[in-house]
Amino acid sequence: MSELSVNHLLGIKYINEKDIQLIFETADQFKEVINRSIKKVPSLRDITIANIFFENSTRTRLSFELAEKRLSADVINFSAGQSSVKKGETLIDTVNNILSMKVDMVVMRHPNPGAGIFLSKHVKAAIVNAGDGAHEHPTQALLDSFSIRERFGDVAGKKVVIVGDILHSRVALSNIFALKLQGAQVKVCGPKTLMPKHIGSLGVEVETDLRKALNWCDVANMLRIQNERLDISYFPTTREYTQQFGVNKALLDSLDKEIVIMHPGPINRGVEITSDVADSKQSIILNQVENGVAIRMAVIYLLASKIK
Amino acid sequence: MSQKVLLSSKEINIILHRLACQLLENHLDFADTVLIGMQPRGKFVAERLTKILKEEYKVKHIEVGFLDITFYRDDFRRGDKPLEANQTNIDFLVEDKKVVLIDDVLYTGRSIRAALTAIQSFGRPSEIELLTLIDRRFSRHLPIQPTYRGRQVDAINNEKVVVLWEENDGKDQIYLINK
Repeated sequence: MSELSVNHLLGIKYINEKDIQLIFETADQFKEVINRSIKKVPSLRDITIANIFFENSTRTRLSFELAEKRLSADVINFSAGQSSVKKGETLIDTVNNILSMKVDMVVMRHPNPGAGIFLSKHVKAAIVNAGDGAHEHPTQALLDSFSIRERFGDVAGKKVVIVGDILHSRVALSNIFALKLQGAQVKVCGPKTLMPKHIGSLGVEVETDLRKALNWCDVANMLRIQNERLDISYFPTTREYTQQFGVNKALLDSLDKEIVIMHPGPINRGVEITSDVADSKQSIILNQVENGVAIRMAVIYLLASKIK
Repeated sequence: MSQKVLLSSKEINIILHRLACQLLENHLDFADTVLIGMQPRGKFVAERLTKILKEEYKVKHIEVGFLDITFYRDDFRRGDKPLEANQTNIDFLVEDKKVVLIDDVLYTGRSIRAALTAIQSFGRPSEIELLTLIDRRFSRHLPIQPTYRGRQVDAINNEKVVVLWEENDGKDQIYLINK
């Protein structure tokens, strides 16, 4: 019987290559489902899922909610902003109160790294990490790899450069783990101030020259400058960042080959990529969003099958 | 574990031809009819029948699709059944069409129940028929009977009907094993 090796999806670090392949093969079938005229299957009609977001999100939250509804699960949503968290309730209390309402699975975004892991040790429900601080964002990494696989047929052997704020990015960390597991080559590119000190220990190379990095790669994953996480100045001005690490059409056209552009969203148009790049045929940004629903359906379906 | 051959390659071939003729009798030129093979094993029956209808009975055009019912099963989280989904490949609408569901073995009827739900995602058919190569009598959990049956078999619960296809397993044969 094919099943995931884990009961929670806390990060790519905790799963293996076989898990990734199983998620992809299941997502292939769900992608077909969401392109039907009736986009819904009844698999999870006896499962209730709580989406608990302690941090803002539009895309991820909508994508999870849609995935859950497409699987016929019952869904409840919770935002920390309008809740008793403001009154001083602890995380475990908040979640246990929600679980008392007979919830089987929790999808959580939290500003603190490791919040999902902590929760999985203390509450009885399957946990899906939808982003925990600067730690991991596993479903984003899975949908990024799935989009690369869709474009190229395979992830193994592909050259991927991740550009931008690597230091604060959970997308970067999860992507590095996922890509390395699948046998891709990974480089990171960005200002030295936004590079974690020991990034080399993850088996990735650092490149500070964007043109060199782009000429090397098959795929460039452009990260957003997360102004909300930049507590001090890591680069002089946004304008200077854009000059050094922003991708525009002229730069793309001057490369030796046609590369694929990805972005986890939301895009700061004109900062990390210009509008004409975001909307060009080399960009697979909207495919990523579509694949996000299929990937999240696969993750939820596979985890739900392990709930006894 | 004992093993008994139910049908040889020659017998399977004769039965498939008979089933093709019965389909032809009811659907003539297949203009308003679609064949849906159920994944994973009904696909082979559907492909064989299509081949016979096209090559030997000169039917010009038949719409054939393959339906996977994994996500529609009623035993999710209940059993030891594998979760792996197969490909669904139906690139047409079944709205107002006569649908013939095709599977290799009809046992409890639960897969067909799931298929009847699943097919609704592709439109509202004018009618649905069921064709199975092997009908295991006395083992139904649901009130479902085939419209066209290849061979009726009396098998008790710890027996299993295994259908082999040349294109997948190297030879055509149907046998019964006693676990």
